[in-house]
Amino acid sequence: MANYRPRSRDELAQRIAQDIHEGAYVNLGIGMPTLVANYLPPDREVVLHSENGILGMGPAPAEGDEDYDLINAGKQPVTLLPGGAYFHHSDSFAMMRGGHLDICVLGAFQVSATGDLANWSTGESGAIPAVGGAMDLAIGAKQTWVMTNLLTRNGDSKIVEQCAYPLTGVGCVSRVYSDLATLECTPRGLVLIDLVPGLDKAELERIIALPIADAA
Amino acid sequence: MINKISASVAQALEGIQDGATVLIGGFGTAGIPVELIDGLCAMPVRDLTVVNNNAGNGDTGLAALLKSGKVRKIICSFPRQADSHVFDALYRAGKIELELVPQGTLAERLRAAGAGIGAFFCPTGYGTELAGNRETREINGRHYVLEEPIHGDVALIKAERGDRWGNLLYRKSARNFGPVMATAARLTVASVHDIVELGELDPEAIVTPGIYVDRIVKIERRATTAGGFVR
Repeated sequence: MANYRPRSRDELAQRIAQDIHEGAYVNLGIGMPTLVANYLPPDREVVLHSENGILGMGPAPAEGDEDYDLINAGKQPVTLLPGGAYFHHSDSFAMMRGGHLDICVLGAFQVSATGDLANWSTGESGAIPAVGGAMDLAIGAKQTWVMTNLLTRNGDSKIVEQCAYPLTGVGCVSRVYSDLATLECTPRGLVLIDLVPGLDKAELERIIALPIADAA
Repeated sequence: MINKISASVAQALEGIQDGATVLIGGFGTAGIPVELIDGLCAMPVRDLTVVNNNAGNGDTGLAALLKSGKVRKIICSFPRQADSHVFDALYRAGKIELELVPQGTLAERLRAAGAGIGAFFCPTGYGTELAGNRETREINGRHYVLEEPIHGDVALIKAERGDRWGNLLYRKSARNFGPVMATAARLTVASVHDIVELGELDPEAIVTPGIYVDRIVKIERRATTAGGFVR
């Protein structure tokens, strides 16, 4: 019987927020990664980027103050902080592709031990494909972090030797922050950064079914 | 005297031909030139190729244009949304062709068209199925896919304020694809909420210089709450 408790979504968001450095330019992907914004320490200045053309994105407006010309990549109303800026799409993606963003946090269907990412399509036949900015984000930032539960609903590890789903990017993920552990993806495979209390490395290796090296 | 101001939407859209590639600005609720799209819906054109980030929401705007049967092909990054039922049905029935392009590559292919670039090597999509069988190249240890520009016959964009030379300012995140698409088409039509005298727009702040704009038309401001999410 396992004697460890997985991190909740909020605890995971908090864990990621801790690692975002002062002065970082960060893109938080649609879905769970947006939670990270709630846990950025107030004494740390971090600039949020939204791929539809915003730097210095602030939180959602109060009800009634929504401005539908000011939305985020998830098409939800947001605000602009003092010092923020608007720019067009080509500039916005140049910021990513050109390596100007420090960190991008994305969700995942699967990540390989060497950092391949699959998060845009399950490859199901008949499904309507849609990619948005997923591929640009995956390969663009200086560091791409994945935020996810380690296991699927069926109990399979999302960290795999090779992704079975269609790829979003090759070797682009540097870190996986999961509910059970934080791992680095390297050309030589997984490296352990941390584990939830009560879980040991041997058990984690059994869950993922891949070898995990200790941090040097 | 240069005067790019059209008296009506219909006049602003005059001359759009069958088979035209139409670049349409907007992302989510922001920057969609709804009045220009409605105007296009009213024209007897067919076999259009439409370029937009999405493939329409609900039953109005771009969705209505698709429903009208005038569109043969759509080039976009994210067609599938909660309320994209018009596109979904056409796609499943095989009545519309889809070219799926990563969002940043879409923007850059438009930029390349406007900037006279013949093609460019882009790292996005390398090693994925969206790279298709296009040429790839390794440059200084990084892998790239060859991407070609997307030229428009027409660009329909929404701006905030303009003057008779076609200089444009935008509003907040409604800027999105507007300035890029304006450069990439032979005929660029912009709707604005405000037309001001020459010299009133701060030259230090003009986002789209008038050289890229052929026609502007004034439309009434209305709240943009349609599409993407439920209020």
